[in-house]
Amino acid sequence: MSKRRMIVTPRVIGRQTVLIIWSLVQLFPLYWMLTFSLKENSEIFGSNIIGLPHKWLWSNYTQALGAGNMLQYFMNSLFVTLMTILITVLAATLATYALTRMVWRGRKITMSIFLLGITIPIHAVILPVFLVLSKLKMVNSYQALIIPYSAFALSMAIMICASFMVSIPRELEEAACLDGCNLLGVFWHVILPMMRPALATLSIFIFLQAWNELMFAVIFISDSKYRTITVGIQNLSGSFTTDWGPIGAALVIATFPVLIAYAFFSRKIQEGLVAGALKG
Amino acid sequence: MDKMMKNRLAILLFLLPALILFIGIIIIPIFMSGYYSFLDWDGITKSTFVGFQNYIQMFTKRTIGLGDAMRNAFVLAALSVVIQLPISLFFALTLAKGIRGERFYISVFFIPVVISTTVIGQLWLKIYNPEYGIINSFLRTVGLGEFAKTWLGDASTALVAVFIPILWQYVGYHMLLMYTGIKSQPQELREAAMIDGASEWQISRYVTIPLLRPVLQVCVIFAITGSLKIFDLVYVLTNGGPAHASEVPTTIMVKMLFLRNNYGIGSSIAMAIIFLCLLFAGLTKRFFRTEEVSA
Repeated sequence: MSKRRMIVTPRVIGRQTVLIIWSLVQLFPLYWMLTFSLKENSEIFGSNIIGLPHKWLWSNYTQALGAGNMLQYFMNSLFVTLMTILITVLAATLATYALTRMVWRGRKITMSIFLLGITIPIHAVILPVFLVLSKLKMVNSYQALIIPYSAFALSMAIMICASFMVSIPRELEEAACLDGCNLLGVFWHVILPMMRPALATLSIFIFLQAWNELMFAVIFISDSKYRTITVGIQNLSGSFTTDWGPIGAALVIATFPVLIAYAFFSRKIQEGLVAGALKG
Repeated sequence: MDKMMKNRLAILLFLLPALILFIGIIIIPIFMSGYYSFLDWDGITKSTFVGFQNYIQMFTKRTIGLGDAMRNAFVLAALSVVIQLPISLFFALTLAKGIRGERFYISVFFIPVVISTTVIGQLWLKIYNPEYGIINSFLRTVGLGEFAKTWLGDASTALVAVFIPILWQYVGYHMLLMYTGIKSQPQELREAAMIDGASEWQISRYVTIPLLRPVLQVCVIFAITGSLKIFDLVYVLTNGGPAHASEVPTTIMVKMLFLRNNYGIGSSIAMAIIFLCLLFAGLTKRFFRTEEVSA
């Protein structure tokens, strides 16, 4: 195959052309977003629609972060996302250990009930969860998002953990056991370190889900103190309707952590998202 | 060791966090939703049990508009299956053959998948902007100004205008699923077909694609259920407008629940969405199974 690749035929040229055109289709809107986040309205609206900014207007960013409150929303999203990852990873690895390693009746059925959760869309529970949160006076809090996000990430997390945990040799645990470790010790000192590659995949998966979620965030949070970045952008674009620069800046701010992560771990991220789909 | 692994208290403790989350946030609320869907309830006054009346009303009462919203969701699903998946398949086949820049193209096509749908929606709002958006600016520059439109504000184009960003965002995702599927197929079959003198098209048509069936099934299920569940992008782009032209089931559900406080009908719509997703996932699986028998 590798030899054939070197031959330049019309067919190869045709394919490359299509691929390059589609790459431009995929990249151009993002390039445009990046450039208009640094322009002033007069450039965006006519004098320089698609070129690089003549005058690099970094003040769009200070405006989005300050007046637009994006800094706070960014930190809120970061906190909610990290807590969701922490809780989900802990709950999922513990549960997977009990489900795959320990011996008890009903573990198969419990496992399949957990896995059934993958097919449940969040819409199914939005009202009951909202009502319970209001009863507990927990609407407008970080928990209002962290707990549902964790619950909905759990099924996929258990699936990814389980498929990895079966490949860890039991001898390690037995050795640790002879050395006098108790069960929690075995889990903490033997299993969790071995699970690291799976946990990376898992964290990426949960990160994307929690960072990008909109429906729960719109409905459970009305206080700007707890607002996450997706809802923050919605609000910002409502209040800066005619001022595109700061909106563009906000979009870039919400996107760059994801893109930086993607630049470094593109393979891992792709694997993570594909693994989730093709196993389920 | 074995004894330790059978310790019931330990088993319970290990399972407890996951069980609490799963039962408390998913299992019990689903049953609550099911129960609410049989109530006439606004959340404030006392609820009354009305049986299946909400389910009948949500389809018969025209002011709710669920029928049109369902039609829109099915249009999006059909467009995804008929336009998006073939494009993805084309790229997956092309890239899996081994072409210069294979990794680069995959990484580029996949970028929009990791970006928040809210960001993508806001970006496309700007792209579609009737006065300053790049689509209309482009049309005016090349002298096709008469085709410039208020894409999202025109009832005849709104739904298609919602579909384009979906296409743009998820072609890379489906492509990667298919690409991974093709790469995991045994190479020998394609080589054998090549030695027998099959053309590249014939190899794709008779070897690669039939073997790819399980992955294609996953893609079709994702495309259909994704369209039935779609919310974020529609909420950002049109929120169902103009004049309900791009309403989808979830936007109706959210409005029923949190704007009109009609908890009964809102819940019955939620149940209908879940039911439809499960139904179409099942139908797709069945379709792919009968395909296999006839092929």
